[in-house]
Amino acid sequence: MLQEFVEKLKAQDGGWVTDVVEGHGEVTVIVPRENIVDVCTFLKATHDFDMLADLCGGDRGPEEDPRFEINYHLFSTKHHNRLRLKVLLSEDDPHVATVTTLWKTADWHERETFDLFGVIFDGHPDLRRILLPSDFDGHALRKDYPLRGYEPYSMN
Amino acid sequence: MSTAVENIPGLEVLDQSLESQMTLSMGPQHPSTHGVLRLDLRLDGELVVKAIPDIGYLHTGMEKLFEYKKYQQGIVITDRMDYLNPLGNNLAYVMAAEKLLDLEIPQRAQTIRVLFCELQRIASHMVWLGTHALDIGAMSVFFYCFRQREKIMNLIEAASGGRMTPSYFRIGGLMMDLPAGFERRCKQFQDDFLEAMNTFETLVTGNTLWQSRTMGIGIISGEEAINWGLTGPCLRGSGVDLDLRRDNPYTGYDTYDFNVPVETDGDVWARFRVRMRECYESHKIVRQALERLRPGPIKADAPKVVLPDRDDMRKHMDSLIHHFLIVAEGFNIPAGEVYMPIEASKGELGVYMKSNGGPKPDRVHFRGPSFVNLSALPVMSEGEMVADVVAIIGSLDIVLGEIDR
Repeated sequence: MLQEFVEKLKAQDGGWVTDVVEGHGEVTVIVPRENIVDVCTFLKATHDFDMLADLCGGDRGPEEDPRFEINYHLFSTKHHNRLRLKVLLSEDDPHVATVTTLWKTADWHERETFDLFGVIFDGHPDLRRILLPSDFDGHALRKDYPLRGYEPYSMN
Repeated sequence: MSTAVENIPGLEVLDQSLESQMTLSMGPQHPSTHGVLRLDLRLDGELVVKAIPDIGYLHTGMEKLFEYKKYQQGIVITDRMDYLNPLGNNLAYVMAAEKLLDLEIPQRAQTIRVLFCELQRIASHMVWLGTHALDIGAMSVFFYCFRQREKIMNLIEAASGGRMTPSYFRIGGLMMDLPAGFERRCKQFQDDFLEAMNTFETLVTGNTLWQSRTMGIGIISGEEAINWGLTGPCLRGSGVDLDLRRDNPYTGYDTYDFNVPVETDGDVWARFRVRMRECYESHKIVRQALERLRPGPIKADAPKVVLPDRDDMRKHMDSLIHHFLIVAEGFNIPAGEVYMPIEASKGELGVYMKSNGGPKPDRVHFRGPSFVNLSALPVMSEGEMVADVVAIIGSLDIVLGEIDR
């Protein structure tokens, strides 16, 4: 069932799908970052993936390249399908286009990912920190950020 | 803090054109913000022109902490996220780990999980109703609601030993079996609860003051609600018929007989009605689960993952070794990633878990329903009165522990 979407994505544009990972009844499609908005637009318009259930970042570690991964969990409220799209980003250039134009719910998810991983979402209307204060130093969910922080944070 | 109003594009324009506007900082200590939510309200008289939620006051880096804890230690962190629905959080977390492990959970454990999740849903809705009514000005409802919640808390305490932080569901099953006499106590609660629901309907539903405070307030259409990612009662209040218990079934929910209440108005009243009707449905599921309880194992047959019984440890050497290894080193989960969504009391609670093959997760992310539902607050509250913002926040049923994580 989920394989169908992968085939359709491949048929639409061969460059849209870098890799496909299956496991535990879920399908992950790895998408080049240039195409993420196109892929999302296509899936939303033609396959009723009308809800972005979740968007979260991940850090593979400072020595990895590409280092960051952004997971888009798409959900269809009509057919109840779920599909995961994944974009890989290198540390030197952690930019990806925003999907707030498609789903407004991406707004806070992208702000959270920016806050905790330092990934920049180009075109986001209001990319500020959301959970941590604006003068916070570093990005807390990166693997090289120490668990207890660099120094005790004070509210001055 | 981070959100000085000046930083936000669009506000300067409003600032210049209308001199009558003022900014009101509501919270983070305001009692009706259900925790430590702060709202920057731009007001024109009593009309809300712009509302900007400011969150993060309760941020404790839980997602970071997961990466430093073994899988079984992470369960106690989940209790502290949505602290009104801890068993739901436990369930989403352990099911994500079980999905990665491909574990089969025995029938009795599944039934008990359903039983407790539904009890917890009622308890969560009781807190919501009490505080929502308190915000709007109906004080006495709170006491009646908390009386019912207390009974559920006692049931949870009897089974797990904890009231707010049960950690009752473990990877592979349950912490322990139900205590003797639990079913009788649960049935007793069942009998009392419907009567209590009648009280609430009399106190609140038929109250014209209540109706005028909630009807037509904070409207969001179904299409917009989907776009904003609303789930749970907030989405069903806007006429979208979606319930993960029925549509992406887990823990055997597809074998239970229940309805999914849907209201079409999309206002505070509709969300209120959905939750009230959900209480009856949860009550129905609890009854079915109680009828289905049969003696049987409560832990999966996976000695390398599930802690052995105390009795076995005294008799069998291998049980003792497994116990030592699980506690001292933890258990490895094969590399992979899953997203496990469940229908928590507030909406879709999704756990994204990624494993590198070790005893600690590489990444755990919680998609909290409150987080997403709150992000739609500006759409609902702009154009309403200040007093209505309080009603709208109440109808979203947010918990800041889950939003800030």
